[in-house]
Amino acid sequence: MFDLKKHVKARSIDEAIALLIENPGARLIAGGTDILIKLRHGKQGFSELVDIHDLPQLRFIKLDENNDILIGSGAVFNDIIESGIIQTHIPMLKDAAQSVGGPQIRNVATIGGNICNGVTSADSASSLFALDAVLEIRGRKTKRNIPVSDFYFGPGRVDLKKGEILTNIRISQKNYKGSSGFYYKYAMRNAMDIATIGCAVSLKTKNHVLEDYRIAFGVAGPVPMRCKITEETMRNKKVSRKLLQDISQAVEKDVNPRTSWRATKEFRMNIIKELCVRATKEALKRAGEEI
Amino acid sequence: MTIKGFRQITFSINSKERTLVIDMRQSLLEVLREELGLKSVKEGCGVGECGACSVLVDDVLVDSCIYLAIWADGRKIRTVEGEARNGKLSMVQQAYVDEGAVQCGFCTPGFIMATTSFKEKCHGKKVSHDEIRKAHAGNLCRCTGYQNILKAVEKSIES
Repeated sequence: MFDLKKHVKARSIDEAIALLIENPGARLIAGGTDILIKLRHGKQGFSELVDIHDLPQLRFIKLDENNDILIGSGAVFNDIIESGIIQTHIPMLKDAAQSVGGPQIRNVATIGGNICNGVTSADSASSLFALDAVLEIRGRKTKRNIPVSDFYFGPGRVDLKKGEILTNIRISQKNYKGSSGFYYKYAMRNAMDIATIGCAVSLKTKNHVLEDYRIAFGVAGPVPMRCKITEETMRNKKVSRKLLQDISQAVEKDVNPRTSWRATKEFRMNIIKELCVRATKEALKRAGEEI
Repeated sequence: MTIKGFRQITFSINSKERTLVIDMRQSLLEVLREELGLKSVKEGCGVGECGACSVLVDDVLVDSCIYLAIWADGRKIRTVEGEARNGKLSMVQQAYVDEGAVQCGFCTPGFIMATTSFKEKCHGKKVSHDEIRKAHAGNLCRCTGYQNILKAVEKSIES
């Protein structure tokens, strides 16, 4: 039995916003794979819930008139894995979705929940960072768009005000068209584990030169992050083995891993320096480059 | 009218329609075991890691320990109790028997539901060992009898 004091079901986005305003102490619950575990462990602050589980208005993956990809915050990881749009245009996000938990978790856990709980290890976050995804957040009579990179304030803290709800994630055409990407997760087990480090690389090449290079990490700092110094240094560089070594050296200055019971700072740094090479190599392969 | 904190839900359980008044705090696992006596649904870890509580909700595999029972309203639930037809085991169940894929048996109902969902998704197409492993990665067997489980899954996909 979960220690719930109040539970109200929202039948639409507007109703969810109204219920959040009406119940200032309440949290949103969607897939429940985080919140129900927290409740079971007796964690405070989750005893009042506004329920958006399986709300059809939030569960979609589509292309809009500008060919931007829109992912509803209620899309579960299995929706992302099976989506033709994702498979064709952003296979990196499919890699990320496939690396989450196990089949049972992927059938109920949502991408919106993965982002909104604000953890650095969220498998979908680094790919969304690399894709410059934009989050649409709705409140009562308000609607704002915010880049995912500005959404995180700190561990577990995100830019959601009272009565606000993340409705969808937009990946604009310019950020995915012609790009190849790869997400590499390092964890102690191949399934049912939290990333020790996650690395997403998205790149464009022209005449064997890196036209665009983006690299993002999960667990390399308190929140997911992009490596801006590395990215700027690598742009317009020729694809070569030397390039991979340079990336591996450069990322060290961008990241800020810490020691936890899962891994030490030093071990994480080692993994970071290796994963950036592997993820870049795989992304280059998808771009048709030989290395 | 229902008492505060209680909700009425109607759902199909192993092809039978049921209406129950349940405590909103209950997990689907608790309702299946305690209200309906479906003891095949096991609580292992209770936090969605071991898969012993796996059931199908609208033919989708979920961990019933981290699934609110009120979410079952209007849905179709399947547990291993409902898989046999006219006293005959399902192909998946039979394959587990034939391959001796059961040791202590605690994880078996959850595994069988995972295989059932996998088989229905495969539509008879050939699958690799790797795909089988990935599709069962959310189920743990603490007796570590994975080899025979793997064989049983292979057999049930072929049949």
